[in-house]
Amino acid sequence: MKQIPKYAALLAYMIFLVFPLVWLVSTAFKTPQEMANLNPSWIPREPTLSNFEAAFTEQDLVGAGVRSLIVALCSAVLTVVVALPAAYAIARHRSLVSKIAVGWVLVSQVFPFILIIIPLFMVLRNLDLVSTLPGLIIVHVTFTLPFALWMLQGYVRAVPPELEEAASVDGAGRVRSIVSVVAPLLAPGVVATLLFSFISSWNEFLFALVVLKDPDVMTLPLTLVRFTGPEGVSRLGPLAAASVVATIPSLIFFAIIQRRLRSGLMAGAVKG
Amino acid sequence: MRIKSALAAAAIVAMAAACGSGGGGGDAAEPAKSGGEPVKLNFLSLAWQKESVAANKEIVEAWNKANPNIQVTYVQGSWDNVNDQLVTSFEGGDAPDVIHDDSPALSGFASRGYLLDLKDKLPAELKSDIPQSAWDTVTFDDGKGNQGVYGVPFLQESQVIIANKKLLDAAKVRVPTADAPWTWDEFAEVSKKLTKGETFGVAWPMKSPVNKTLNLALNFNGTFFQTGADGKTTVKVGPEEKQVLQRIHDQLYKDKSADPSALGMGTADPLPGFFAGKYALLPVGVYLRQQVVEQAPDGFEWVTLPPLKGETTNQGAVSQTLSVSADSKHPDESIKFMSFFLNGPNQAKLAKGDWLLPTSQKAAADPSMTTKENGWDIATASAKDLVVAPFLKVNGFDEWKSKVATPTLQQYFANKISLDDAAKQLVEEGNKVLERYSR
Repeated sequence: MKQIPKYAALLAYMIFLVFPLVWLVSTAFKTPQEMANLNPSWIPREPTLSNFEAAFTEQDLVGAGVRSLIVALCSAVLTVVVALPAAYAIARHRSLVSKIAVGWVLVSQVFPFILIIIPLFMVLRNLDLVSTLPGLIIVHVTFTLPFALWMLQGYVRAVPPELEEAASVDGAGRVRSIVSVVAPLLAPGVVATLLFSFISSWNEFLFALVVLKDPDVMTLPLTLVRFTGPEGVSRLGPLAAASVVATIPSLIFFAIIQRRLRSGLMAGAVKG
Repeated sequence: MRIKSALAAAAIVAMAAACGSGGGGGDAAEPAKSGGEPVKLNFLSLAWQKESVAANKEIVEAWNKANPNIQVTYVQGSWDNVNDQLVTSFEGGDAPDVIHDDSPALSGFASRGYLLDLKDKLPAELKSDIPQSAWDTVTFDDGKGNQGVYGVPFLQESQVIIANKKLLDAAKVRVPTADAPWTWDEFAEVSKKLTKGETFGVAWPMKSPVNKTLNLALNFNGTFFQTGADGKTTVKVGPEEKQVLQRIHDQLYKDKSADPSALGMGTADPLPGFFAGKYALLPVGVYLRQQVVEQAPDGFEWVTLPPLKGETTNQGAVSQTLSVSADSKHPDESIKFMSFFLNGPNQAKLAKGDWLLPTSQKAAADPSMTTKENGWDIATASAKDLVVAPFLKVNGFDEWKSKVATPTLQQYFANKISLDDAAKQLVEEGNKVLERYSR
């Protein structure tokens, strides 16, 4: 009986989280007439695929989706590859340099992104990376890196140094103890960081808008916005349909990777 | 959104200045290529309606086919973010050659030297096809005291009334025509007559009340701004400016013929209520007819009624525009393309696609613009009432609008403050804002 309020709160929270997605899916299958009905229904009365047809025929959703996937996957992997050794170094080797590095990471989060867009654009232009996917990947990695670093160093700190010391007593060198002892325990942290970096890049709009000029390299967020007009007026049906389609790859990515997102690996590791 | 964009733009410009970027990168203009590779132009378009995008693409294709030496790439942008995107491109020296935007945005771009002055560069045919009142919406100071023409105006919007025909017929009221529109008094009477049971005569969606009320205030010669002999612009809310505000307020709280719950709505939000017979009349922009056609249930009958008349039928207007980037390496070719893109027949296609009014007089005479179907005859006829919106050339208008006018008008229409208090706030707070821009 004591659990009832807890479950009720959980249910309310679930409804709160699921409502926008369910409404989006419902809207994607509604006719314009039904969308303008004063008494909206959850389940479309006359379901239609015309919104999906419009979304796919009017915009290059598949091409934009593939480009977004390339950018998001590359950004996520590169972020982790760069952040992981840095996080290990910051967490394990406490010195003035690591303190300054952590401070700088925090300070860098304070600057509004909009302030650095022009200098960034000029750097990319000088490197001939404007309107290219590698250019956008570099930008995304740059902007997810500080938070990823911050996240990962928390995970590294949670791995007791005693485990490495124990491995060292058993004859393992530093590399061996990192690869065989620390890395497996960091797997949930790496997965969480990958997810964070992937989603940040997948949804990112402003940098993509500034960096990508050529219509042939546009990513999904830039394609979705083409269904909107001035003053909040939009073509709701095709926009909802395209948004549903845009959600699918990230859901699949989540489904594949979330199995590795578990805690408790280190429970009891240094007892006694 | 506008203030967010303005702040963003200001931040970007400040940062660019700090970086010593200068404007535009300073690339010397290359002459158009006479042989070999064709000249390539980028055209940033903000068309978003299905028909409008199709019309844009069709015109660009026709141009590319007829002009193998000047090839245009069509790039679809978005109204929501275009000014952030453009400021970055201008500062980075990588702006599109031909730019679609609206006239309020051109003022700031012109004074920063981002746009080419087209004053003596446009063909006479294009110049004479568009009335002076439309050219006024794109004529701005270049920041050095000279007036220039920084775009070609091509689409405009007027405020009409969309009415539920069955309710109108049942009330047996006079149906207005372009020659004999309703006066505001008549409109108030009709709204009262149409208010029965669950039905309100009118819905005023006032989520963004400023442009709408300021444009309509010209019906009574209300300008809201005045410029003194010293060249200083100040806010003015006198009897002329109060007319429209008072009349809308009366409909809401005295006549009770307007639904107060519609006040918080955006422009298209009252449509479900309109289709369900909850509202009989919607004073809205002409483009909303497209949504009515698309969303109206089968058998729903509606008509477009002409703009209201006060002392005049004048309404303030801004324009959608095409401009040429000052840094374009091919300004002459850009102007040639623009002149083709905005000729009479093409403007008719664009106006039809966006359900707006063409500035081209040839386009306005096109049969597709004067048909009775979907109220095109009434909509097109209303273009004669459009004059340049007085706020268009007021430095600091965007800030006045977002920080002072929007909250004040929302409070007034919600019946939380009196008209005199609203007027006092608009003037006193507004002048403080404008003062900063005149320094």
